[in-house]
Parts: sequence; structure tokens; C-alpha cells
Amino acid sequence: MEYFLQQLINGLTLGAVYGLIAIGYTMVYGIIGMINFAHGEIYMIGSFIALICFSILGLSGVASVPLAILVVLLVTVLFTAAYGWAVERLAYRPLRGSFRLAPLISAIGMSIFLQNYVQLLQGARVKAMAPMVTGGFVVTERAGFQVTLSYMQIIIMALTLILMAGFSQLISRTALGRAQRACEQDQKMAALSGIDVDRTVSLTFLLGAGLAAVAGVMTTLHYGVIDFFIGFLVGLKAFTAAVLGGIGSLPGAMLGGILIGLVEAFWAAYFAAEYKDVAAFSILVLVLVFRPTGLLGQPEVEKV
Amino acid sequence: MSALASPDAAVPAMLEVAHLSMHFEGITAIDDVSFSARRGEITGIIGPNGAGKTTVFNCITGFYRPSVGRIALDHEGGRFLLERMEGFRIARDAGVARTFQNIRLFPRMTVLENLLVAQHVKLMRASVFSIAGLLGLPRFREAEAAAIEVARGWLDRLGLVKAADREAGTLAHGQQRKIEIARAMCSEPKLLCLDEPAAGLNPRETAELNRLLLDIREDYGVGILLIEHDMAVVMGISDRVVVLNYGAKISDGTPEEVRNDPAVIRAYLGEEGDPPETNSRGPSPGRGRP
Repeated sequence: MEYFLQQLINGLTLGAVYGLIAIGYTMVYGIIGMINFAHGEIYMIGSFIALICFSILGLSGVASVPLAILVVLLVTVLFTAAYGWAVERLAYRPLRGSFRLAPLISAIGMSIFLQNYVQLLQGARVKAMAPMVTGGFVVTERAGFQVTLSYMQIIIMALTLILMAGFSQLISRTALGRAQRACEQDQKMAALSGIDVDRTVSLTFLLGAGLAAVAGVMTTLHYGVIDFFIGFLVGLKAFTAAVLGGIGSLPGAMLGGILIGLVEAFWAAYFAAEYKDVAAFSILVLVLVFRPTGLLGQPEVEKV
Repeated sequence: MSALASPDAAVPAMLEVAHLSMHFEGITAIDDVSFSARRGEITGIIGPNGAGKTTVFNCITGFYRPSVGRIALDHEGGRFLLERMEGFRIARDAGVARTFQNIRLFPRMTVLENLLVAQHVKLMRASVFSIAGLLGLPRFREAEAAAIEVARGWLDRLGLVKAADREAGTLAHGQQRKIEIARAMCSEPKLLCLDEPAAGLNPRETAELNRLLLDIREDYGVGILLIEHDMAVVMGISDRVVVLNYGAKISDGTPEEVRNDPAVIRAYLGEEGDPPETNSRGPSPGRGRP
């Protein structure tokens, strides 16, 4: 039971991270109908920027941990969002109106490019960071097995919750959110209502990249090891989460992220840990075969 | 019609379409069409199927870039050459709004949201890229409240207040048409382009539509461009009528002048026959193929 509880906590933490990244996939799919396969790399770049920022802050002797995290979050989100924006501007926008597969192929190219770019600049070796936030609560303890909820895990889950709440608010209540939904449903009509579709798409990429950056900062802090290739696997899992939740659906992305995180954690706990990725991706296959619209997705209405 | 409606009135034209041509890979959809429209007037565009009416609209609203020609819009906001502008700028800066033959509401947004999207420009400005909106700052809340008030005013006028929170796609056809016009008006246009607003409406709804369009002209002083097959609508409420046939303009004038123009009669009914009647109840002559 204690073991279960511990894995539940771990799974939720992991799921929160997947959820944050999955939102980027789902929003971009919603608005321009393409899978941004470079999104995992955006997350990876976020991790690297976070690591670099932490190193710089460490060298310049910033002692306050909350201050350091806050500064790093802001800087990382800013720079990563700029990357996300640039990717859309350079690799996708020129191809809008081209055949459907063009941006997809471009995305895969962008993904490979970004991996190699980071590998060249930062080296191929795994980078590690000493944990900054240590300690936590002991939830229960029995027979020498402690169930802990670390401060870091609390930070991750709390931050994810806050961001999710803010995001739902943004999409449902603000003019930008309405513009995004309008573009999702009918881009030409949105333009006729005076909405700058290009800018709305750009903002969507900015926002998605910003969330991936937060995920990058959090995983760098929590797990402490990164390399140029982490974006691939995490990106694919977040994509699986988005599909599981119903691609295009925002709450779906979050739900899918949590479910994937839990599946992974429990599979690793009770079955073979080496096969946890197989478990996660089996879900992708099963969902695509049996429920392509995902858990919360709407069936595709005819798109004009 | 009022004195305003007379084509001789000294009101300068707001919309000036000059030598407009549109070719699609060798097919000429519009051929050297020129006409003008004034603010506070309803300008009907009629013509048999395939005459190029909707293509003219698509050029004006930025869906197509015309092959040749100039489309100039003049009002107190400035002078705009629409043929060079991007679609959203034509809507946002030049103040052109349109509706579609096959209704294009945002079907999965509520009626209210549809009307708010049309007020996007001012809301976006008030919300400073949504930051103020997210924080719920008073500045955005006030702008949002004002926008909802405008939307409510329109729903009230159309008798659709109760439908405000329903998804637009679930409403009846006639209601969707009205909401599409209301949405266009919510963006505070200077020029309103209506593509067959009476299509699919029953006679009662058509009468309501006529009244609505005359009211809009009266209350807002916008210029209205109206493509319509239903002659009762066009001849009944237009101040001026432009007739297209095979992509070319064949007549232009008051409804009375156009009705008696031999070229129009030929285009509609062949060499001999009666001119299109104002109150034709039977199959509308506009539906006949040339």
C-alpha cells in the first residue's frame, strides 16, 4: 500500500510534466491542424536554458533558492518561447497553404536540427545538476518504508495546477482565447472578423513553448540530468498524452498527461521497469485504433 | 426611398470599384467591372448564376487578389486600397464585414461568443494581449462588459436574447442568418457585404430581413452591398442595383431603371419576354440560367 502511494505521487509528478508539454501539442494541433514534432526539442532547449541559468546564478553567488528558481523560470520561459516562435516563423508559416504533409516533414526536420544544434553547442554528454530543492514530507511510514512527498514534487504539482487554471481562464474568458478558438473553427472567417490569424498562431506557439519551458525547468530541478536527446522520448510521451486525452482538447491534454505518468510509474513499479516506455506507447496504439478521438476529444466536424 | 437614395445626390461614393477583373487559370470570372456604392445606401448586385457576384465580394473582402483593377474604400478612417490589403486588415482597419451564402458562424462557440469575436479588435486592445484579461483588471472587464452590452443590444433587436448561450451551430437556419448579420455589424463596419441573406428564408423571415436591413441602413449609416436572387428583396430595398452577366456589368442604376433596361431583360429572359418583376412570387427570375 505504501509502495502504491509512493508511485502514485511519483506518477502524478511525472504526469504533470507530460501534461504541460502535451498542451503545446494539443493547442498547435487545434489551431493549425499539424503535429509539431519539434515540440519535444523545445522542451529540451528549455531544460538546457534552465541549466545554463542555474549555473550562471550559482557562479554569481545567488544564495536564495526561491529567488533563483523564479528568475530561472522567467528567463527560461522567455527564451524558450522565443525559440518556439522562431520555429513556427521559419519552418511552418512559409508552408501554410502547402500540402498537408509539408509542415509535418518540416517539423521532423526542425526536430533533428534542434537536437544537433544543442549537441554541437553543448556537447553530447549528459549534464547533471546537484538538486537545489531537497527534503519533503513523510506522508506515512510502515515497516521501514517511507512514503515521501518532496518539496520539489509539491512545487511541480502546484505550479502545474496554477498554470492549468490560468490557461483555462485564458482560453475561455479572454479575447485572445476567443480568437484562438475562432481560428480553430474557421480561419478565414476569423480573419474577416479582424483577427490577425498569423499573430494568433504565433502566440499559440509562444504559449505552448512557454509551458514546455516550465516543464523543462521543473524536470531539470527534479531529476537533475539532461542531454540533447531527452526531448525525443518525453516529446513522444507528451504527444501520446495529447492523443489519449483527445488531441485539440486542453483538459484532455492534462488528463492524458496524468494518465501516462501514472501508467509509467505503476508499470515500472509492478512490472518490468525496462518496459515502461512500451506500456506508454502501447496506449498510443490502442487509443489510435479503438478511440481515435481520445477521452475528451470531439469527433472531427467537417472542416471548411 | 429617401432623397438620400437618389443616385444623383451629391454624396461621394464610399466604395469605388474600378476595372476589376479576375482570372482563374484562363477562365475569366469577372471582366472589367466598375461600380460604386455610397454610405447609407443599399446597393444590390444581381445577375444570373455564375455571373461573378460572389467573386466580386471575394475580391472586396480579400479572399481573392484581383488580377486587375482597383477597389478603393473612403471614409473618415482614411482611404484604403482593398485589393492590396490582407484579409484581416480589410476587416480590422478598413471596416468591411461580410456574410456568406452558406452561413459561416463559429458553430461550436455560443451565439454571444460569436458576437464577441467580432469585437475582438477593441477587446484585444483593452486586454493588452490578454494580460489584463487574465488578471481580470478593471480595464478589460469594462471593455468586456461594453462588448457584451453591444451583443445584447443586437440579440434584443433580433429577439434572440434567449439563444445567447446556445452553440451557434444548433440554431435554426433563419436565426443563424440573423446572427451572422448581427456579428458582421458588431465589428462596427463601414461597409457591410451580404451574400444572399434571404436564401433559405421563408416569406415571413424575408420580410423581417428587409426591415432589418433598412433599419441598419437608417441607424448606422453603413453602406450595404447586397447580392440577392430574390427580386422582391433586391428591388424592394435597394437604392441602386448593379447587374452582372457572364462576369461583365450590363446595367447599373435605380431599381426602376434596371428593371426596364433591355440588356437586363435579355440577360434574364432571353431576347423576348417580361422584365423581372418586383414582387414575383413564383420562381425567382434570378435563378434562371442565362
